[in-house]
Amino acid sequence: MPDTYDVLIIGAGPGGYVTAIRSAQLGFKTAVVDREHLGGICLNWGCIPTKALLRSAEIYHYMQHAADYGLSAEKVGFDAAAIVKRSRGVSGRLNGGVGMLLKKNKVDVIWGEAAIDSAAKGNQPGQVTVKETKRAEAPKGAKGAGTYQAKHIIVATGARPRAIPGIEPDKKQIWTYYEAMVPEKMPKSLLVMGSGAIGIEFASFYRTMGAEVTVVELLPQILPVEDAEIAGLARKRFEKQGIKILTGAKVTKVEKGSDSVTATVEAGDGKSQQITAEKLISAVGVVGNIENLGLEKLGVKIDRGIVVTDGLGRTNVPGVYAIGDVAGPPMLAHKAEHEGVICIETIKGLHTHPMDKGKIPGCTYCQPQIASVGLTEAKAKEQGFSVKVGRFPFAGNGKAIALGEPDGLIKTIFDAQTGQLLGAHMVGAEVTELIQGYVVAMTLETTEEELMHTVFPHPTLSEMMHESVLDAYGRVIHT
Amino acid sequence: MPINVLMPALSPTMEKGNLAKWLKKEGDAVKSGDVLAEIETDKATMEVEAIDEGVLAKILVPEGTADVPVNDLIALIAAEGEDPGSVQAPSGGAAQAEAPTEAPKAEASPAAQNTTPGGGHMSYERVNEAPGGAKPAAKGNEAAQAAPAGGRVFASPLARRIAKQEGIDLSGIQGSGPHGRVIERDVRAAAANGTGKAAAPKAAEAPAGTVAAAPPLAPKAAAAGAAGLSLDQVRGFYDKGAYEEVPLDGMRKTIAKRLTEAMQVAPHFYLTVDCELDALMKLREQLNSSAGKDKDGKPLFKLSVNDFVIKAMGLALMRVPAANAVWAEDRILRFNNAEVGVAVAIDGGLFTPVIRKADQKTLSTISNEMKDFAARARAKKLKPEEYQGGVTSVSNLGMFGIKHFTAVINPPQSTILAVGAGEKRVVVKGDAPAVVQVMTCTLSCDHRVLDGALGAELIAAFKSLIENPMGMLV
Repeated sequence: MPDTYDVLIIGAGPGGYVTAIRSAQLGFKTAVVDREHLGGICLNWGCIPTKALLRSAEIYHYMQHAADYGLSAEKVGFDAAAIVKRSRGVSGRLNGGVGMLLKKNKVDVIWGEAAIDSAAKGNQPGQVTVKETKRAEAPKGAKGAGTYQAKHIIVATGARPRAIPGIEPDKKQIWTYYEAMVPEKMPKSLLVMGSGAIGIEFASFYRTMGAEVTVVELLPQILPVEDAEIAGLARKRFEKQGIKILTGAKVTKVEKGSDSVTATVEAGDGKSQQITAEKLISAVGVVGNIENLGLEKLGVKIDRGIVVTDGLGRTNVPGVYAIGDVAGPPMLAHKAEHEGVICIETIKGLHTHPMDKGKIPGCTYCQPQIASVGLTEAKAKEQGFSVKVGRFPFAGNGKAIALGEPDGLIKTIFDAQTGQLLGAHMVGAEVTELIQGYVVAMTLETTEEELMHTVFPHPTLSEMMHESVLDAYGRVIHT
Repeated sequence: MPINVLMPALSPTMEKGNLAKWLKKEGDAVKSGDVLAEIETDKATMEVEAIDEGVLAKILVPEGTADVPVNDLIALIAAEGEDPGSVQAPSGGAAQAEAPTEAPKAEASPAAQNTTPGGGHMSYERVNEAPGGAKPAAKGNEAAQAAPAGGRVFASPLARRIAKQEGIDLSGIQGSGPHGRVIERDVRAAAANGTGKAAAPKAAEAPAGTVAAAPPLAPKAAAAGAAGLSLDQVRGFYDKGAYEEVPLDGMRKTIAKRLTEAMQVAPHFYLTVDCELDALMKLREQLNSSAGKDKDGKPLFKLSVNDFVIKAMGLALMRVPAANAVWAEDRILRFNNAEVGVAVAIDGGLFTPVIRKADQKTLSTISNEMKDFAARARAKKLKPEEYQGGVTSVSNLGMFGIKHFTAVINPPQSTILAVGAGEKRVVVKGDAPAVVQVMTCTLSCDHRVLDGALGAELIAAFKSLIENPMGMLV
């Protein structure tokens, strides 16, 4: 008789493990299956280790500019291996933490590759077969390969880097984020394909560490999902730092040399140029892991690589659910976590609402940082809103000047008719830690009035958030 | 200290009422539960009850006074031990009747006194309470518990602003946010459904106490108007597994939406007549038997009673031009031709194709057009322009043996004729019983367009044509 669970989750990434813990809190007998690492890409090969790398780069940058602050630092240098080691250490520590949290919540961890054999029908639970994996060793106390049963099966298998035909990553000269995160030595030159969050973060990191960096973006704007004005300001800063940026351009061919790659880049005007670099990072997005899970056989509806759900995590097959990257964009850890909680609470029969995807913040940890939530100015206009736009520059903020960070902008977009905060966009120091103020406000359905009445502490960067709102209504003080 | 008796609010949106009658006179002893006065609004009459014991010392608003604002001081009760003769109305007008602040907590604001059930100085009984509607909405309860004095409606800032802009009474909206908080989507839904519209948009700005602490009966009813019970509420009435859930198709949604709207927006009244059919049946037989044959030997037409009904409605509309009209927001559209819709039942719904110029077409043309319409309606092959428009419709349930019914007007039309079965009945003719074939027809009229007399004129013209069918041939 196989082990039977109320809830079995495939994938222990941020979506999967958070869902598992919430599931256990709700009293479900819960198991989570993974084949490689607790915490998923986010914790092991994504969000977290890159932040560790970027922190090293940031401190390196400050040390190089110590004199600006009246300090002296001589022989400033770095040890690539030590930087990588620190980054891996951060992941390792958090990975162990996830294992502990799951154990504490009495969630069973099953190690291996899972495939769904059948969904629950009537009183008969669904069945999942877990095959042994050679990708990674099982954590202590994990259950192994075998057949498991569960009333509810949640697919939370995440995503992997998209590969462009002809430019397939080879782990040597053509990297994905995996290789880019653990360089044996810092490359002298680098070509980054794609200017989304992943591409830009690596471009920023390697540029700070001294590499010649070129970013190639197909669309006319870098950071294509961000507000055009913010992306434009960021671009200027990157270019000032020496990053070469080609927008409206496409890598059409890549030739590999013995220790370099030569890419043919075609610009929109039809002109093409050859760029040679030591490494090429392919960061052209991610695709959901929907294969070999038995989804097709069960008849789970999939549309363009994404499992179709009803917004509460339910697929068209009762008893089978999907959350996170496999359930569609935005492919972000915090979206997966939230979606997972909505899914499991729906299973429990709690009163849930589909997530409002218009209120999911996005953060890019390059130098300068970028953070945003809601509609861009262009999107808001496209949707027919008559908008009021507020702007406040870092140069007008005391704390920013004291920090030595006078470059940046906070932009807010309001619906002129109702005063609804439609979007907020920021570029500059620490903005990734500021954005949640606007996210809370939007979630509480603020209008400009409540934001104006809110007291922001002085002296902080957050005062700029207040000023930006005031500016939208012609009441700004410090510009 | 005297006890203030204030003008109560019957509903959250009520702003003033008429003081119809005092049931106690100055000097009468009153005890808790005694009815002091009757208050009228345009909707109902209610009673003002005393909660405290004492003597009705002073009547400040005489009976028969119209439009007394809510919370105005209407009388003073001398408490036990007080000299009723010494009780004075406070100066500065009734509206500022807030008691001196000797015991500020207990006195609270006039609004709170007035509408906190059992907690204030008086209560009132509703005489026209809706059946089964006594249960206050959950939100009202929560709000009242959370803020017994204020009766605050919890709503997001954005919801409040949109409600204000749209003139929607927030207290009439069931919030779907955390703890029943009214959020943007609730207000947007209410705006889209046209529910929760404040009779007086000021309601949201009125003293908080009058909004939510009053039994939220009226707002509940308003909210229930278009939206009805929620899915979960309806499910809650039945055992799980006792039913199967059928998703709505577009036709069902349209029928539900348009006809709900019709009943809410168009004030219906109904006129019923019996039409004698003997002459019509005879004529029909003659016409059908004289029909020519096509090359396959089939008759070129076969008239039904309904074809006569359509033609008669068309002619009747032309004879009563004022009834050949529809309501259009701030005006009436009057037509030059008679357009008669005909309800055709199909699997899972119905269509109402329209016979254009029904007054001018021959019976055989109408008959053949209807056969084509009916066939294509069943195949769902009608073009929108074929079932849109029309001034009136005919709905015939005679074939199901229905004797009499009333139909819901199909917007934007202004009337609909519900046709029952033709059957033999004994009627009195010249003081003697006679057997005649009779068909009962009921005309539903939109009172915005047709008054009773005009509707009567229309159905009389129709009846006359049916009973003298030769008139339809020329």
